[in-house]
Parts: sequence; structure tokens; C-alpha cells
Amino acid sequence: MTGMTVIVKTITRWTAALIFLYGAYLVLYGHLSVGGGFAGGIILACSYVIMILAYGGKETIHALPKAVAARLDSIGALAFLILASLGMFGGFFFSNWIRDIWPGQQFRVFSAGIIPLANIAIALKVCVSLFLIFFILASLRMTRKGDKIEFRSEEVD
Amino acid sequence: MMNQMHFLLPLAIAIPLGMGFILPLLGRKFTRLADVLANLTTASLVVLSVLLLISNVQLGKPAVYWFGGWQITASGTIFGINLVLDGLSALMITLVAVVSFAATLFSSRYMDQYTARGKYYGLFMLMITGMNGCILTGDVFNLYVFLEIAAVSSYALVAFGCERDELEAAFKYLILGCVASTFVLLGVVLLYAQFGALNMAQLGQRIASVEPTRGSILALLLLLSGLGVKAALVPFHAWLPDAHPSAPAPISAMLSGVLIKAIGVYAIIRVIFNVYGFTDQLGMTLMILGTLSMVVGVVLALNQWDFKRLLAYHSISQIGYVVLAIGLGTPLGILAGLFHLANHAIFKSLLFLSAGAVQYRTGTRQLDEMGGLAQRMPSTSRSCLVASMSIAGVPPFNGFFSKLLIIIACVQAGRWGFAIWAVIVSILTMASFMKVQKYAFYGKLKEKWAQIREVPLVMRYSMILLAVLCLAMSLLIVPGISAAVLEPARDALHQGVKGYQEAILVLLGSGG
Amino acid sequence: MVYTLCLLLFMIGLYGVLTQKNLIKIIIGLGIMEYAVNMLLIMVGYRHDGIVPILDRAMPLDEFLARAVDPLPQAMVLTAIVINVAVLALSIAIAMRLYQKYGTYDITEIRQLRG
Repeated sequence: MTGMTVIVKTITRWTAALIFLYGAYLVLYGHLSVGGGFAGGIILACSYVIMILAYGGKETIHALPKAVAARLDSIGALAFLILASLGMFGGFFFSNWIRDIWPGQQFRVFSAGIIPLANIAIALKVCVSLFLIFFILASLRMTRKGDKIEFRSEEVD
Repeated sequence: MMNQMHFLLPLAIAIPLGMGFILPLLGRKFTRLADVLANLTTASLVVLSVLLLISNVQLGKPAVYWFGGWQITASGTIFGINLVLDGLSALMITLVAVVSFAATLFSSRYMDQYTARGKYYGLFMLMITGMNGCILTGDVFNLYVFLEIAAVSSYALVAFGCERDELEAAFKYLILGCVASTFVLLGVVLLYAQFGALNMAQLGQRIASVEPTRGSILALLLLLSGLGVKAALVPFHAWLPDAHPSAPAPISAMLSGVLIKAIGVYAIIRVIFNVYGFTDQLGMTLMILGTLSMVVGVVLALNQWDFKRLLAYHSISQIGYVVLAIGLGTPLGILAGLFHLANHAIFKSLLFLSAGAVQYRTGTRQLDEMGGLAQRMPSTSRSCLVASMSIAGVPPFNGFFSKLLIIIACVQAGRWGFAIWAVIVSILTMASFMKVQKYAFYGKLKEKWAQIREVPLVMRYSMILLAVLCLAMSLLIVPGISAAVLEPARDALHQGVKGYQEAILVLLGSGG
Repeated sequence: MVYTLCLLLFMIGLYGVLTQKNLIKIIIGLGIMEYAVNMLLIMVGYRHDGIVPILDRAMPLDEFLARAVDPLPQAMVLTAIVINVAVLALSIAIAMRLYQKYGTYDITEIRQLRG
């Protein structure tokens, strides 16, 4: 992938940031309004996907290296699990222990205890997973040499 | 103190899930660390499951765990998702833990042939998570979710070698498995649309309260056929003989030993006995499916020369025994079926591990290329002999007792025809395993195998562990021990829909 | 009526899986099946004149409960979609590997295992 024309690149530079912002909004306000970890995470991933499409894999992988993404993937899932396990001290697995200590006021951002934190963890996981899936599938190139078909990843890692 | 043990229930899911994400982080440099951690995890699961088994016996009734403390309200409304530990799930979870411990022990050397150890263990742990979740959950939608977790990781594990055979088998398995899962999901959706409940106990109550409608029967059929694919009952068995041999040996042991039982047979009997309620028609369906699997599996196995493929066909046949016995619906039949299920988990995983050990040293799975390996690989050969005698039903090994019980149960229920088929299949199984022993381990040592050595120590230990269990499990026939392990499991099924509901739908304040 | 259409879509997907010879087309058939089930699931929660099941400060609780659509199927659909994404990615990856080994997407030519 070598990227597209200057017009596309310039517009992408603006829109990708906006898309990223929108995704972050959905994640952080997911417990009050539409959105949540999964939907927000998908949109966060979309901002990376649009960058891959416009700039090509090489440029994007600088923004989010593959090894880092693979780590973040596991870390997001682990964070979610740890949040749930900490609930065991509050009585039950998944129990909302923060809300028990500090209830907060309904319809405020800080009111739902572990739910926003869980949303962030899920968003992290979903975002990097989807990014990795797209990137790996998109950057593979098949070359045919006689009978033999080779796979080659576009970027060098 | 022991009565509070069910507090630990979510750990059976959380521990493997957490390790499933930690182990891939280790990368390629720390393969030994990954081995140690994976073995520690499965060992801790063994300890946990034994604790749960003991606490279940002492408690004497199913333990229910509501996630996040969302218990049933005083008016009987259910908001939360629950985990249920009754005799059957305690038995199954122990089996999963034991077999997975043996498999991780075996993989710590066997997987030296492959790269990406961390990813392998990660998928392995996710598979255990799925199975444990499937066994413990008390909610049909979560059953689907955990089933998919176990299934997706097993697709990836079958394809782990990335060679032609593995990929082809994995693709076949994936397509059939996905269609099956979609059927299961459709069944769950239809149930929710009609009865407005997902909790198994509540669903059972509502199904029982009305006459069977067309929709609920359609949902049952969809669930049965979807889960039947996962259990590899005969009309739906086509993927198994490809997928199971193609996976690495420890994974074959897991797939054949526990996966088809945890997400197939277990889910089927849970849905039939505890949600829909057992009827004679359903029992007859199960018996016919079971007998078909039994006969077709063993007949196809007779002709095989590929060691692991032969074992895979025998899995179909032995699952047929289990389903036949449980389909009888009598207390003895259910007991015998569960006993055989437990035994099959142990000896079939041992057989796959020994096939893997042979492949590890000789590099072949073809029986006619082997020969006389008993001289060079004594412990492998002996443990394989133990397992073969178990599966063929030679006393005093465990397979003998469970097959005997199944046949007695058939006779007792007046099903002479099924009893005769069970005897015939047992003889054919014996013939097939005599062939395995003769060609692989006895006879003349071929010259090209003169230099091979016994497999490494840990691999031997894991096989010996399972071989000892093969002998020890025959003790389960003794009434006292059976009362501790098998009878609670039988009661969980035999009490049917009513007993399950009474245990789960306790209102707040009156139960735990 | 609408439910029938969903089942019809499901059958189309199943037909695709069963009859197509191309790996990618089989995967597409699988996707169609899954979407049909997801649509059915969403329709189960449908309610005439329903509102979004998000609690609002301006809305009294009773009216909200009387009018909001059932949120549980939506959560279930989300879960099912996540699973489908995983399955889809895995199946595409396996299909690409198969193409690498066999040089074809035709399932009738990929037949090493039999018996």
C-alpha cells in the first residue's frame, strides 16, 4: 500500500482525528447515552483503518506498531478481567465495588462505578484487535512463482 | 467453611481466561516460563475442581452464584446471570481439569516441534475457559457464548500446524461448527421470543407451564441439531475424523477427551433434562442417534490405518455409548452413561497422547509403517496397552465396568435390541484395538526404528498419570465412591426440570 | 411476516454454504446466516412506537418502562456480532492460507483428507 493522492491524505488527516475524538466520546459517555466500549472501540479502530487506506501501512504502523498493538490487546482484556475480579472483594465477581463506596449522582459522568472503566478496557481491546485484523489482512501480498505462492507482509517489522 | 466454597466458582472461568491473555504476552523468548505457567494454571484448576467437587458433595444441593450480586428479587424477577454447580457440572469440570493438566504436561515437550508457544497456550487456556463456562453457566445465551469461545479457539488450534491437512480439516470444522453455532443461536432466539427468559431454570418453568408449541419444538430441534454437530453424533459427524487427527496431539486429546463432551453431550443433556424435561420420545431419539453413532463409528474405524484417525472414529462410537445410555432415562442408565463419559475422557486422551508420543519419535501416523515399538518405547507402549484394554472393555479396567453397566441398564429397561448392538460394537472395538497393538507396538521391530528412543520424561509422566487413572477410575463402581462422584451427577439429571428449578429459583433470603 | 423474511434470509445463507464451491462464497453464506439471526433477534425486541432504551432525565420512569424497547436482545446482538467478527477473521485467514498451499479457492480441488 503506497497511499492515495494528496487531497485524500489531507482530508484524512482532519477526519481521522475527528473520528478518533468521536470514538473516545462514545467510550467515555457510554454509560449515560448511546455507545459503550464495543461501539466506541470500533470507531476508534476505524480512524486507524482510514489512515491505513489513505497513507498506506508503512506510515500507520509508525503510529501504532504491531508489537505494541498485540500487547495492548492482551492488556485491555486483562484490565477488564482484573476489574471484574476486584469485585470479588466487594462480595461478588463483577460487583460494582466503586459504586458501593462512592455512589455519585445519577446522570453525571462519574456515577456508574466500574462501568466506564470497563468500557475503556473493552474499547482498548476492540480497537487494537480490529486494527490488527485489518492491518494483517490488508498488508499481506500474494506472489505467485510458478506453482509456489508466497505470502509477504508489506511492512518490515 | 466448605459450604462457602461455591464462592470460588467464577475462578474456574477467570483463571484460565486471565492466563489466556498473559501467556501470549510472554512471546518467544520465555518458552520455558510459558510451560511452567501453563502447567501451574491447569494444576490449580485441578485443585479448584476437586475442592468444588468435595464442597458439592457436602452441600448436597446445587450451589448458585449470581454475578455482581444480582440475585433473584423477592417477586421472582431475574436480572442477573448465574453460575450453577450441581453434581453433573462438578464431575465435568473435574474431568476438564484433569485432562487439560495431562495435556499441558505433555505439550511442554511435544510442542517443541512448533513455534509460537505463547499463542498456543493462550488458545489452549481460552478453550478451557469456554468449556468451564459452558459447564457452569445457568443461562442459555451464555451457553452459546462460551460454546463459541471454546469452538473458535479449537478451530484455530486445529489449524495450528498450518500445513495442507491441518488447514483443510480446520476449514471444514470451522464451517460446520459455525453453521451449528448459528443453529444454536437461532434456537436461543426463538426461545427468548416465546418465553421471554434466558435463565435455564426460568425457561424450563415457562416451557412446562404451556402446551408444547410449534415454536418451542422448532427451537428444541435447532438446539439438538446444533449441539449434535458439536458432539459429533452420527448424521453430523463428518468433521470429526478430519479435525481431531490433524491437531497437535495434546489438542487432539483435549478435543476428543473433553471438548465434544463439554460443549456437545453435556449441553444436549442439560437442555433435554433440565430445560425441556425428559420425555420418552426424546429418549428414543437420543437412543437411536447413540446407536447409529456407535455402529457407524466403529465400522468406519475398522478400516483405518492412520493411528489418530482410527482413534477419532472410535470417539464417535464411544460417544454413541454415552448418548445411548443417557437416552434410556432410567437412573442406572444415566449413571452408566456418565460413568462411561468420564472413563472415555481419560482413556481416549491417553490414547491420543500415546499416538502423539509415537508420532513425536517416528514422525508417522500410519500403523503399517510402525511395528515392534514396544521394545524401544516401553512406557508409551504399556500406557497405550492400558488405554486400549480400557476402551475395549477388558476387566479390571474402567471401560469394562461402564460398558457392563450400560448393557445391564439396557437389559433392565427392556431394550434388548440396543443391548445386543452394544455388545457387538464392544467386540468390534476390541478387534480394532488388537490391530493397533499388533501393528504398532508388537511384532517385529522394523529396522528403521532400531535407533529411536523413549519420549522425554514429562511426556511419559503425563501418560502414566492417565494410565493410573484408568485403573483407579474402575473404583468408581464401588458404591461408597460412586455416591460421592457419580450419583450427585445422576441425581442432577434424574430430578429433571423440577429439581433444577427448585435449586435455582430460591427467592432471596431463603437460600444462598 | 417479518420473521418469515428473516428465516428466508437464513435459508439463503444456508443454501450458499451448502452449494457454493468457492471458499470465500461459503464464508459469505455463513455471514448471511449470522446476519439473519441477528435481525431476528433485533425484531424480537421490537415494540410499536417504542423509544430508545436510554433513561433520560426528562422522562418519567413509568412512561419510560411503558415505551422503551427491550434492550436485552440488543446486548445479545452486540455479543453475537463480536463473535461473528472473530469467526470471520479466522475463516478468512484460514482461507488465505489454504490458497497459499493449494493455489485455488475451489473446495472440490482441496480434498486430501478422505476415508
